[in-house]
Amino acid sequence: MLDLLFESHWSPYLAGAGIGLLLWCSFLFSNKPLGCSTAFSRTSGMIEGLVSPAKVKNKEYYKMFVPEIEWQWMMVLGIILGAFISSVLSGTFQISFIPQTFQAAFGDNILLRFLMALVGGIMMGLGARWSWGCTSGHGISGMAQLSLASLVAVMGFFIAGIGTAMIIFSW
Amino acid sequence: MFTHIHNNQNLQKIIGLLIGIGFGFCLQKGGVTSYDTIIGQLLLTDFTVVKVMVSAMIVGMIGIHVMKSLNLIDFHTFKGSIGSSAIGGLIFGIGFALLGYCPGTVAGAIGQGQMDALLGGAVGILIGTGLFAHFYPVINEKILSIGQFPVETIPEFIHLPRWIVVLVCVIVLSGVLWFLQIQGL
Repeated sequence: MLDLLFESHWSPYLAGAGIGLLLWCSFLFSNKPLGCSTAFSRTSGMIEGLVSPAKVKNKEYYKMFVPEIEWQWMMVLGIILGAFISSVLSGTFQISFIPQTFQAAFGDNILLRFLMALVGGIMMGLGARWSWGCTSGHGISGMAQLSLASLVAVMGFFIAGIGTAMIIFSW
Repeated sequence: MFTHIHNNQNLQKIIGLLIGIGFGFCLQKGGVTSYDTIIGQLLLTDFTVVKVMVSAMIVGMIGIHVMKSLNLIDFHTFKGSIGSSAIGGLIFGIGFALLGYCPGTVAGAIGQGQMDALLGGAVGILIGTGLFAHFYPVINEKILSIGQFPVETIPEFIHLPRWIVVLVCVIVLSGVLWFLQIQGL
């Protein structure tokens, strides 16, 4: 059983089932669905607040999602730690600048990879807040609750995601 | 039921951290904190992401609906709209393919040492969420309310009891996993 912690890969069904169990915990112990993107929003507000605190205070959006460290922020921090522990235990932790698939398709230009990740991140941040959720908030928590908004959002994630990936990788 | 726990803010931060550690652990072991796996899914050559998500949906769905029926938990759904859910979802999807991570897996990718996730992806998401917060009043007024859905949940939308829909979903989602397995995908 303990060997499982040191394996480099789990069956996707086992990993998924584990996430399903964590969803039970977050509803039961924290009265919250699992979600990640609001934490980015709060962090963004905290950083902006370092420069112009008055502006952040007056923004309508930050009145709904106060820029502060709370449950979800700690959860996202936990994801970083959990993935770190997992990869160290299995000996797969590695500092890397360009993923393999990217390198095979676009070469080893680090700047190009960072630029594409940056632009993708900006659109993802916008889209996640626009639809009030991300792959975990809508894709797992929302779908598990049978949310109609989440079903539509997840269809959007994958329709645009598959379409865009097909276009950029057919270059 | 656990109201006293829910209201203890410091305890909640610790619970959040613990759930996150478990989440990051599962994501990393499942291979979905890797750009290659996510892009493989979007190119329809590797179905790991769908397998992880669908397994999480099945297990999560059964558990939270049982707990809801036992009055142990509350659900958190809201009314979406075409302007919010569909348009936002499509914008997210374009970003998903360019970045190759999502907001949760980008955190996991950072944890396993991916610098493109940290310096490109996470920075981008922070800028994107900041832009949304800035333009929220305009976007909210002009776009988010377009085509508001009449109800919050799928069972209400198709006028079927919640448990029937859960049962059908569990069967269909299990069928998806079975199909992927026999196809060798």
